[in-house]
Amino acid sequence: MPEIVINREWCKGCYICVSVCPRHVLEVDQESFDHGIHPVVAARPDDCTVCRQCELLCPDLAISVLGEGAETPAAEARVEPAPGPAPRPLPAGWTTVASPLPAGRYFLQGDEACAEGAIAAGCNFYAGYPITPASEIMERICARFAELPGKRVFAQMEDEIASIASCIGAAWAGAKAMTATSGPGISLMVENLGYAIITETPLVIVDVQRAGPSTGQATRPGQGDYMQVRWGAHGDYEIIVLSPWSVGEMYTETIRAFNLAERFRVPVVLLTDEGVGHLRENLTIPPDVRIFNRIGPSDREPPFGGRPVPPMPVFGEGHRLLVTGSTHDEWGYRRTSSAKVQAELTARLCTKITDSLDEILASETYLCDDDGLDLLLVSFGFTARSALGAARMAREAGYRVGLFRPRTVWPFPAEALRAVAAKSACVLVAEMNRGQMLREVQRVVPDARGYGKTDGEVIAPGEIWAAAKEWLR
Amino acid sequence: MSANTATTASIRELIRPEVFPSTMCPGCGHGILMGAILRAVDELGWDMRRMLFVSGIGCAGWIPSPHIAADTLHTTHGRPIAFATGAALFNPDLHVVVIGGDGDIAAIGGNHLIHAARRNVHMTVICANNQIYGMTGGQVTPTTDIGTITATTPRGNEEPPFDLCRLVEGAGASFVARWSVYHIRPLIRTLKEAFQHVGFAFVEVLSPCPTQWGRRNQLADPVALLERYKGLCVPKDRAAKMTAEELAGLFGGGWFWSPRLGNWGAARREGRPTSLPPFPTHPHQPKRGEDGR
Repeated sequence: MPEIVINREWCKGCYICVSVCPRHVLEVDQESFDHGIHPVVAARPDDCTVCRQCELLCPDLAISVLGEGAETPAAEARVEPAPGPAPRPLPAGWTTVASPLPAGRYFLQGDEACAEGAIAAGCNFYAGYPITPASEIMERICARFAELPGKRVFAQMEDEIASIASCIGAAWAGAKAMTATSGPGISLMVENLGYAIITETPLVIVDVQRAGPSTGQATRPGQGDYMQVRWGAHGDYEIIVLSPWSVGEMYTETIRAFNLAERFRVPVVLLTDEGVGHLRENLTIPPDVRIFNRIGPSDREPPFGGRPVPPMPVFGEGHRLLVTGSTHDEWGYRRTSSAKVQAELTARLCTKITDSLDEILASETYLCDDDGLDLLLVSFGFTARSALGAARMAREAGYRVGLFRPRTVWPFPAEALRAVAAKSACVLVAEMNRGQMLREVQRVVPDARGYGKTDGEVIAPGEIWAAAKEWLR
Repeated sequence: MSANTATTASIRELIRPEVFPSTMCPGCGHGILMGAILRAVDELGWDMRRMLFVSGIGCAGWIPSPHIAADTLHTTHGRPIAFATGAALFNPDLHVVVIGGDGDIAAIGGNHLIHAARRNVHMTVICANNQIYGMTGGQVTPTTDIGTITATTPRGNEEPPFDLCRLVEGAGASFVARWSVYHIRPLIRTLKEAFQHVGFAFVEVLSPCPTQWGRRNQLADPVALLERYKGLCVPKDRAAKMTAEELAGLFGGGWFWSPRLGNWGAARREGRPTSLPPFPTHPHQPKRGEDGR
């Protein structure tokens, strides 16, 4: 006699099973009442022909029909699946590898140096969408991936949304992924930037800034994305943003961006601009590259908690991962109604960055005397080059003027700035926007002044020196 | 008696029982679809450790996440195919299955759908089409029929719906099929074919929504709503003999043929190759002369 097993806990009482049974085996038990519904009962199991229509159409997987033709062939037909691939050997984190580009001196464009830095850092997945002035990164990566050995995947996607989305998918499949774009593309990417943050996906996004807003000036530099790359996505999070000022740093800072992304499981933005991206300079490639490879889970270790930066598993290794952009617990289960889980998750997304500032922050000072300054210039990216020129002009005119340049612009190196600014009579911030970093500096030095320019031209050293003279007077 | 070998008992190994009863409404067709997907996987004897289920936002996005005990990626709204493309390109050994609703796949994600079909990325896309935005409260979607009452079309929908199968077929998909969850046995068979297809496979599954669609259109009874699909779906062979007027408002069920490959069903029977090579994982073809060309 067939046996009909009904899981009353899972049944929600839609009674599709009752209606589709051709022999009226199943009935609604009007007498009893379980968790808000009348349960289904097998009133006439003798009549069951094991057609299993009730089982196939049950939306809640709550019915099992066991009988001839059902359970025995299933047991025999089931092929024991081959064991999954062996877990990866645990990477030790930091390692030194030979540079894919032979050591020596090269004359390269900033965008090209960025592509080389990515490849040196182990980038093996690139997805992007063409945009001026970032397209040279994509073109260089595409050509270099074809030359180099090993698994490397390049894809030109249908838009920027798909570009960052496929990078996240590839990162969870084990890739070191990168995409590059400019301001209008960043605007499209911020939704999935937030997804990468909450799912703690390592990823490098290059923003070669152009003058905006909107389409703005495609071939002109700007620094107006400073706030957007930090605050673009909604919700509470911390993100790392690096800003190179030379072709050499386009190479080294791209490597650092990958290392920080893997180390902290966070998307890292390389914030540069058309000035640096299209600049051509000499670049010395060393023979070795120091890179960080992500840490895999040792045994049954939760992928989204347990320690500040949890180990990151990979799809296809049998971890049965639950990756979701919704609020989730340490195993990835959605807990969207839990105040505790949401509070702990957002706190850890922030503190894993803010508790490791020593590893993340980088800044430089130029022409800063120990015994004090008449004026301190603060500037980032391409504008910092002009600011250094302005400081030299000021020195020739007899003023003690120095430069503070953050290489990590988010989180902002406030303590390092405070130490230098304490010895300076006044502070002037120069940037190709209308005062975005100025606000961040004013949190450290409230009376700092700004010199901003948004005409799509780079700021010349003489302009900064002229603005500084006003402030010195 | 039954041609299927997968029983509910055996597919319970493929789910996470701790999350059941599922989050779906009573009588939701997505639950039937979930059972069909699991039965197809079970009957193929596939290793769930090599499968990746990618889903978007909404009721259909919750079919794999967290119910299915495999790697799952629950993404942003409309983008599951884009996420899946990255994973499928980087690890071609993964069997990537995308599950999304009609709002997810056809509205906000329509661009990714047609481009993945054009590229013939190796993945299976299952569109759980309930013709409504369920989780956000029953608004009109690009597949809602003309005249349907929704939260945003109180006097009946006036916009003509997409025929997703013809859309994807036109974009170049190499496997296109459609069934309703009522047609459970052919649906399971088709899902098995789709999973084994090398290249882009698209399966549209008509799935009843008693809560949002049914409640507004005098069909809140799950059984009556399921019966509606029985009447709405016409097998392909019969549809071929019907006029456009007779077919208006109906869905051609079964499989469709692809302009690239001809009728995949016939091709399979005749042993012809059923697909083009998948989207190349390497951007550069060999240089002229390197492989004898």
